[in-house]
Formats: sequence, structure tokens, C-alpha cells
Amino acid sequence: MTTLVSPPAARPAPQPVRSTGGRRRQLAVSRALLWPALATSIVLTQIPFVVTIYYSLQRWNMLRPGDRGFTGFDNYARVLSNGSFLSSLGSTVAVTGTSVVLSTLLGLLFAVLLDRKFVGRGVARTLMITPFLVMPAAAALVWKWSILDAATGMANWGLSLVGLPPVAWNTEVPIVTIIFVLTWQYTPFAMLILLAGLQAQNKDVLEAAAVDGAGVFRTFTAITLPHLRQYVEIAVLLASIMLLQVFDPIAIMTRGTGGTKTLSYLLYERAFVGLEVGEAAAYGVMTVLVTILVASVALRTLFKVFSKEGIDR
Amino acid sequence: MITSRLRGTLVTVLTWVLVLGFFFPVAWMVFTAFKPEHQAATVPPTFAPELTLDGFQAVFDRGMLPYLINSFSASVGSTLLVLALAVPAAYALSIRPIENVRDALFFFISTRFMPVAASIIPVYLLLQSVGGLDNITWLTVLYVGVNLPIAVWMMRSFLAEVPREIIEAAQLDGARLGTEIFRVVLPIVLPGVAAAGLICFIFAWNEYFLANLLTAQVARTTPPFLTSFVDGRGQFLAVLSAAATVAIVPVVLAGWVAQKQLVRGLAMGAIK
Repeated sequence: MTTLVSPPAARPAPQPVRSTGGRRRQLAVSRALLWPALATSIVLTQIPFVVTIYYSLQRWNMLRPGDRGFTGFDNYARVLSNGSFLSSLGSTVAVTGTSVVLSTLLGLLFAVLLDRKFVGRGVARTLMITPFLVMPAAAALVWKWSILDAATGMANWGLSLVGLPPVAWNTEVPIVTIIFVLTWQYTPFAMLILLAGLQAQNKDVLEAAAVDGAGVFRTFTAITLPHLRQYVEIAVLLASIMLLQVFDPIAIMTRGTGGTKTLSYLLYERAFVGLEVGEAAAYGVMTVLVTILVASVALRTLFKVFSKEGIDR
Repeated sequence: MITSRLRGTLVTVLTWVLVLGFFFPVAWMVFTAFKPEHQAATVPPTFAPELTLDGFQAVFDRGMLPYLINSFSASVGSTLLVLALAVPAAYALSIRPIENVRDALFFFISTRFMPVAASIIPVYLLLQSVGGLDNITWLTVLYVGVNLPIAVWMMRSFLAEVPREIIEAAQLDGARLGTEIFRVVLPIVLPGVAAAGLICFIFAWNEYFLANLLTAQVARTTPPFLTSFVDGRGQFLAVLSAAATVAIVPVVLAGWVAQKQLVRGLAMGAIK
């Protein structure tokens, strides 16, 4: 309780003219305001998860409805031993990790460039956030067929201009195509958060550094980067949690081929193509455990930041 | 002096080259949407095509309108429901005193990060058994579950900025709760409500996984419908680009308008 800075909501309430009875009434009102949202969230997310755990302990294929029963941890044993889970975990880490790192680095570059004053900065920022707004399904289709198509795609045309041979992106390196799209969509996300960090910098400190003769590079590494650390953390953590669940480009571009079968796609395939309810539920529970692993680090950091009512600026 | 100015110009040029490069796929998609089909996928690319609206005509001939309407009802409907639930909840969490505030907040933020894998199988089977598949109302309800935590956190961050004196003054006046919320607090946080609403709208409009899985014909929304433009037998790039262009317009415009609030929504209120 004491390690976090208390949010203002935890402050004692103003008690201008109210008695204890008034205070109790206020509490009741607060609960009445909060409960509809809380109950909705519980019904829509928590209860289904409990049911998923229950299913994961069952032998249940929808093609054989008669043969259904409790099997204990058999599904988990199968999930852990058949290799799909581990290779899928590897794919998830590869796709998520690479995309998050690339997005953050590119996002930092763009944030620094767009923090400067220059002609048309507002327009440039508007254009830059657009990839994040583009419907992921549309982005996946356009990248696959318009940019990365082996015969008519713009990427290979660009390569031919500089004398390089064409690459069969979609068939030879599916995982690269997924990383391209995800990096393209999440760079603006990282940029927005890092740009907010740059704008929150204390201008006096920067001026003082300039007066003391520190060069641009030195100022950046010694002052700006340490200041940005918290923002980089937020960008990386939020992007990681979102990308761990990524599904759209995989379903649309690769259908899980070429090392792109991430956990969410694997679950989809087992449950809704293979109709293996029990086994798929076990994948679901495992996916949640992996997410919790990442999120337990993430949530702690995030909650600390959030509880302070945003980053000081 | 001249060299530093020159360097500045060079950095500006570099910035623009990179920004335009990043924006290129969107620009190329919109450009392709206005090409006739035979000039859409050529080697080398056609840079001076005859411009035509045929692609857009074809998109609507193939009946995209009902899908757009479905997307619109699910997005707007879920956003309104989310706001109706989130604004009072955030109000309770940030202005009114209540016990276990931190637990409630932690609960909301953790549901946001719960993968859909955790709940999709029971949800699917339940909807199947009650005949709720391919039904836009159920999709809308599920989107409420997805977006509620974002809205609660965003609204809480906006409400935290309302000067407490204003609320205390209203309470001293003996203002009733309804008056307190609607007359005093709501006008101040209205921009925040709009921003939270826009973020929820964006996520719902772009959602693919649930829409693809839970709808078929009647309640199909735009994102899964887009994939039907990929045609194994012939050229389809112009019409696909036109469909994609139509599909992204509402959210891109909304995002451009709300770009100041975008970062706050994406970081769930952690950054102002």
C-alpha cells in the first residue's frame, strides 16, 4: 500500500457539512456508480476465463460430442509435449520482440525529428500517425498485395531500381512481411509516446547544457535519453502487451506459415478449425500465463506511473 | 552560421523524405483506388494512369454498404454504452470517496491486457447455443467489454484534473448528485469524454478477430469483408484498394481530428 503514490481518489473526501450518515450515503452512491462497469467487465471477461479453465480440463472435440469427459491435466500434457506450443511460443516472441524493438527505435528517430521546428511540422506529424489509424485488416491486405507482391509489388520495383534482385516476400520470408506491417503500424504509437516525452523535457536544462558547450549528441545521450527512459518503458510495455495478442495480419497474410504461427493464431486454428475445445482451451490458459508473465512486470511499472497521475512534466 | 542553417535544412529534407516514405503505403493505396483495374498492378508501376471512380463503383456494387452500416452500429453503439458505464465509474473512482479504489483500477487495467484467447471459446460456444452468432447486438456487447477499461482509465485521468474546489463548492451548495455530475463536472470533462469516445470508436471500427469469428453474413462488419476482395482468378488490386480506402476513412479522419488526445488514450491516461 505504501510503495505506490496514492492516486487522488484515495484522498480523504471533503466532509463539509455531512454527518457520518452522509458519508455512508456517499459511499453507497459511489458503489452504485462503479458497479455497473465493474459487473459488465467481470461478466464479459472474467467468467468466460473461468469457463476456459474448466474446458481445458476436459476431453472434448466437437466432432465427437459423445466422447466428452474430465481428463485432468491431459490437455496440458499434450500441449506441452507435442511441440506446437513451444514453437508457437518461439514465433510469438520472435514476431513481438522484433516488431517492438524496431518500432521503438524508429519511433525514437521520428520523435526526435518531429520535435524540431520545421516547415510543415503539423502536417508531417499528421501523416506519421496515420499508419496506426489504418484498419489492421486493410494494412495487411495492402502490404501483402500492393507493396510486397513478388511480381507487381512496389518493394520489388524499388529493389529493381537499385539493381537488386526481387524477393518473394510472401512465400519465402512470411515472418518478415508480418514484422514489416507490425513495425509500420506501431512506430507511430511509439513515436507519439516518445514525442510527448521530448515535449515534457525541461527546456532550461537543455539551454544550460548548450551554454556549457555540450554538443547536440552529448546533450541527447546525457540528458534526453535518461529523461525519456520512463516513456520508452511505457511504449515498450504497452506495445508488447498489444502485440502478444496479434492476430489480424497473420490470419490475412500468412495463415500461420513460415514461423508466424503465434499463440493467438494457434488457438484459433485448434479451436475453430480443429474443433478441439479442450486442447484449445489449454492453449488459451497457457497464453494467459505467458501474458501474465510479461504483464506482471508491465503492470507493476505501468500502475506506478499511472497512479502518479501521469508523468511529471 | 550558414553551415548550421544548411544542416538544419538537410535534416528537414531528411525528415520529410522519411515521413513521406512511411506514409507511402497509404498514399499508394488511395492512388491505386482511383486507377482502372488494368493499370493497378503493372510492372513497372503506372504513375500516370487514367483516373476513374470505377473501383469505388465496383465496391458498392458488390454491396459494401451493409457492412459499413454494421461496422457503424457496432462501433457507435458500443462506444455509447462504454461511455455510459465508464463515466460514472471513473467519477466514483476519482472524485467520490470509495474504498478499494486501487483494487478496482487494477482490475480494470488488467482486463484490458487479458488476451482474447482467455475468453473466446466459451463466448463462442455460448453464442452458438443461444443463436447469438452473426448478430450485431452481441458483437456490440463484446466490444463494450474490450473498450470499457480504456475508457475508465482515460476518464479517470481527465476527471483528476477537475479542480476539487469546483466539486466541493457544488456539494456545499447542496447540489444533488445528478446536478453535480451533469451541470458541474460533465461540461469541464466534455473534451475528455469526446476523446475517450473517439478512441473506443477507433478500436471497435478496426476490430477483426471477433468480427471474423462471430459474424457471417447478416452482421458481418467491414474488416473481415475486406478480405473477400482478394480474387484468385483475376486482377483485383484497384477494387481492393478502393474498398480499403473507404474502410479506413472514418477512423483516419477521427484520429487526425483527435490527434492531441490520441497519445493520452493510447497510454491509457499515463501521459497527458
